[in-house]
Amino acid sequence: MTRVLLFGRLSDVAGWRERAFDPPPATLSALRALIMRDNPALGEALLAKGVQAAVDKIIVRGDLALSAGAEVAFLAPMSGG
Amino acid sequence: MIRLQTEPFEPGALLTQFCAGRSETGAVVSFTGLTRGGDGQTARLELEAYPGFTEAEIGRIADAAHARFSLHDLTIVHRIGDIGPGEAIVFVATAAAHRREAFEAADHLMDYLKSRAPFWKKEHGPDGARWIEPTERDRTDAARWDR
Repeated sequence: MTRVLLFGRLSDVAGWRERAFDPPPATLSALRALIMRDNPALGEALLAKGVQAAVDKIIVRGDLALSAGAEVAFLAPMSGG
Repeated sequence: MIRLQTEPFEPGALLTQFCAGRSETGAVVSFTGLTRGGDGQTARLELEAYPGFTEAEIGRIADAAHARFSLHDLTIVHRIGDIGPGEAIVFVATAAAHRREAFEAADHLMDYLKSRAPFWKKEHGPDGARWIEPTERDRTDAARWDR
């Protein structure tokens, strides 16, 4: 099972904040493809400028193999203070 | 100290506590960010963090600032959850031997928190809610420290 978390405006686009994907996708790009098929608006939003991905709380650029229990977070542009 | 909290905080109390018991520190600089009401446009802010990740990322930048500005100490307190107009949203304090390092470190940490720290900010007002993303100014402010 892959746990997927959405932050910022991405959760509004999707209509959910957290979802389990089972069976787990083998790679980050496979997960993106799954999301694109399931919810094209979210799939597109994940490709927008400034959106980052983190796997097990580490920022990832490009593709990566996912372990079965991976936690994948998609992060909209950040703003604090 | 790095702390995220849902409860309001009192900046004066944090500063007093931060200054206590220092005999080698010549300079303490503090910054308090307040939530602006925007002439009634902001009824409240909603701040989201990624538990575990947000603290770790801020910790990484805090460690780098510690070394870069030869700090004796620093504190970052950031609110999460619902925050009303006039309430403090962020507190940063830095301690160093001399003022220049303390000023620069506080400035650097705030630029980082505004545009690169993992927080997501939603403004709720009379016309609904909208996500606030960093402005061009926020980005160029933060980029000043990349050199």
